[in-house]
Amino acid sequence: MREVWTLAEFRHGKLNTVSLELLNRGKSIAEKLNAPLASVIIGYQIKKEDIDELIERGADKVYVVDDKRLENFIVETYAKVILKLLDEYNPDIFIAAATTTGRTLMPYIAVKKQTGLTADCTVLDIEEETGNLLQTRPAIGGNILATIKTPNTRPQMATVRAHSTKPALPDRNRVGEVIYKQFSDDVFSSKTKYIRFIKNESQQVNIQDAKIIVAGGRGLGKAENFKLIDELAELLGGAVGASRDVVDRGWKTYPHQIGLSGKTVSPALYIAVGISGAIQHIAGMQTSENIIAINKDHDAQIFKIANLGIVGDLNEILPLLIERIKDYKKKEANLNV
Amino acid sequence: MRIIVPIKQVPETSNVKMDPITGTMIREGIENIVNPLDLYAIETAIKLKEKYGGKIIVISMGPEKAVEAIKEAIAMGCDDGILLSDKKFAGSDTFATSYVVAKAIKELGDFDLVICGERATDGDTGQVGPGIASFLDLPLSSFTSEIVSVENGKIRVKRLVEEGYEEIEMMLPAVLTVVKEISDPRLPTLRGKLKAKKVEIPVWDAQKINAEEDKIGLKGSPTRVVKIFTPKVTREGEKVIVKDEKTLHQAVDKIMDYLIEKELI
Repeated sequence: MREVWTLAEFRHGKLNTVSLELLNRGKSIAEKLNAPLASVIIGYQIKKEDIDELIERGADKVYVVDDKRLENFIVETYAKVILKLLDEYNPDIFIAAATTTGRTLMPYIAVKKQTGLTADCTVLDIEEETGNLLQTRPAIGGNILATIKTPNTRPQMATVRAHSTKPALPDRNRVGEVIYKQFSDDVFSSKTKYIRFIKNESQQVNIQDAKIIVAGGRGLGKAENFKLIDELAELLGGAVGASRDVVDRGWKTYPHQIGLSGKTVSPALYIAVGISGAIQHIAGMQTSENIIAINKDHDAQIFKIANLGIVGDLNEILPLLIERIKDYKKKEANLNV
Repeated sequence: MRIIVPIKQVPETSNVKMDPITGTMIREGIENIVNPLDLYAIETAIKLKEKYGGKIIVISMGPEKAVEAIKEAIAMGCDDGILLSDKKFAGSDTFATSYVVAKAIKELGDFDLVICGERATDGDTGQVGPGIASFLDLPLSSFTSEIVSVENGKIRVKRLVEEGYEEIEMMLPAVLTVVKEISDPRLPTLRGKLKAKKVEIPVWDAQKINAEEDKIGLKGSPTRVVKIFTPKVTREGEKVIVKDEKTLHQAVDKIMDYLIEKELI
C-alpha cells in the first residue's frame, strides 16, 4: 500500500507543533486507507526526541534529511530534497500545514510533480469507492465550501489549515522506522542566500499559532483602548488580533490583521471586541472553535457567528472582565499550592 | 528593470451580500475589480521603476472584460499590458493557471522580476505565484514585506513569516509574492487614465504562448471540484444585553462561566 506522508516542519532547532496536528490528520486518512503513515522532517541538527515524538504521535515511518544546508528554509533547496524523496518512495498522499512554509513549498513541489494541490483545507476525507483524497476548503471569503479531489495524478497534495485539529495523545511505546537520507551536493544548490531571521519583538503577534485570540475593531474608539485588548490577551495567554479598519488607522500593525486581506485564523477561542463583523473579517475567523463577541450594536453581524454575545460598552465590560480573570487566577494559584 | 506583474480580476467581495434563504452569494450588481492584494504588487513594481527605471508589463488571464483590470494597472503607472484569453483556458486550476502565466512570461523574453499579490481574494489559494516560480525554475520569495536592496544582479528582501521576518538574497531574475505591508498603493492619476484609455492591450491565446493543450483548461487541471456547498455559519448563541450595573455583572459572569466550562482559562 502506498504511503500517506505529512511534512514535519523543523526550524530554529524546534519541531513546529502544527506538524503534530497534521500528523493526526494524516493518521485518520491512513487508517481509512489502511496505509502506512510517514512524516518527512528536513533541517539541521534534528533531535532524536523530535523524531521519536513523530512516531509516538502516529508516524509509522520517519524520513529524515539532516544537513547544514537545510538549516533555514530556502524553497528551491527544500523542494529539491523533497522531490528526491517523492520520486524514490512514491507516496499516495502528501500533506503539509498551511503555514508560510507549507504554502510556499507545496505549490513549488506540486508544479514540478505535475500534480494537484488544494490550499488551506479544513476537512480531509477519503472517497469510499476510489480511495481518493477529498479535500474541503473555504472559498470566496468563507462564503462557500468546495470539496476537491485529484483523481489522476500522484501524490495527491493539500495544505491544511493550522489548528483545525488537535495532535493525537502520545503513545510512548509506539515504534516506527527511521530512514536517514543523504543527497549529493547538486541537490542543495540554489540561487537564494539566507541572510538572517528577525524575531518579532512582541510575542503576541504570531496570531496563526495562538490558541486564544483577543481582537479589537473600530468600536474601541481610539488606539489607547487597545491596551485593554493587550491586557486581556496577555492574561489569557493569547495573541492580539485586529480588524482591517484599525490596521488602516495605524492602531495595530499589519501582522495583527485578521480577515480576507490579513490572516486566517482558527483558534480555540476568539474574542471579538468592537468588531462589527464585516464579511471579510468573518472570513478570516469563522472557523474558530469558540467565539465570544462584545459589541454595543445589538444588530452587529458578528453576533450571528458568536457562541456568546454581549451587547454593551466595552469600556465597562473589559475592565471588569480583566479584574474577574485576575481574581480567578489568584484563586486557582492558591488552590494549587 | 523589466518587471512583470501578473494580476487577476475578481468580484468585489467586500460588499458581498448573502441570500438569507438560499445561503448563496448575491452576484447581481457586484462589480469586478483588480484583486485588492495585487494592488500591492503593482505599487511595488512602480516604486522599483521610479528608483531604477525600466518597464512594467501587466498580464492577466481571464475573459475579455479582464482588460479593465489591466487598464487600471496602467492608469496607476504600469507601461504595457497583455490579456491571456482563450476558451481553452477555461476551468484552469492553480496548476494550469501557473502554467499559462509562466508560458506567457517566457514569451515576453528577458525580465528581472515577476511580482505577484500574495493571493486572490476569490480563490484565496496563494498557489499561483509560487507555481509560476516553479514553472520558470526561478528563486522565490513569498510573503515579501520589504525590498531591502537591488544591486549587482541580486535582490535582498524581507519575508513575513509566523514568528517574525526572514531576510533573503536572491539572484535575478526572481519571483516575489508580496503582502500588504510592502507598500501603500497609489490611486490612478488622470494622466494615467488617459494613457490607459488609448493603449492597445494585445490578446494572447494558447497558440501564441505555445501552451501544450494537455496542461491548460479543465483538461490540463489535475484537480477536480467534487461539490460546492454553503457552510452553516450561523451559530448565533446566547446574547446578553448590558443595561445597568446588575446586567453588567451578569454579562461578565456569563463570559467567566463560558471560559471555565470550555476549559479556556
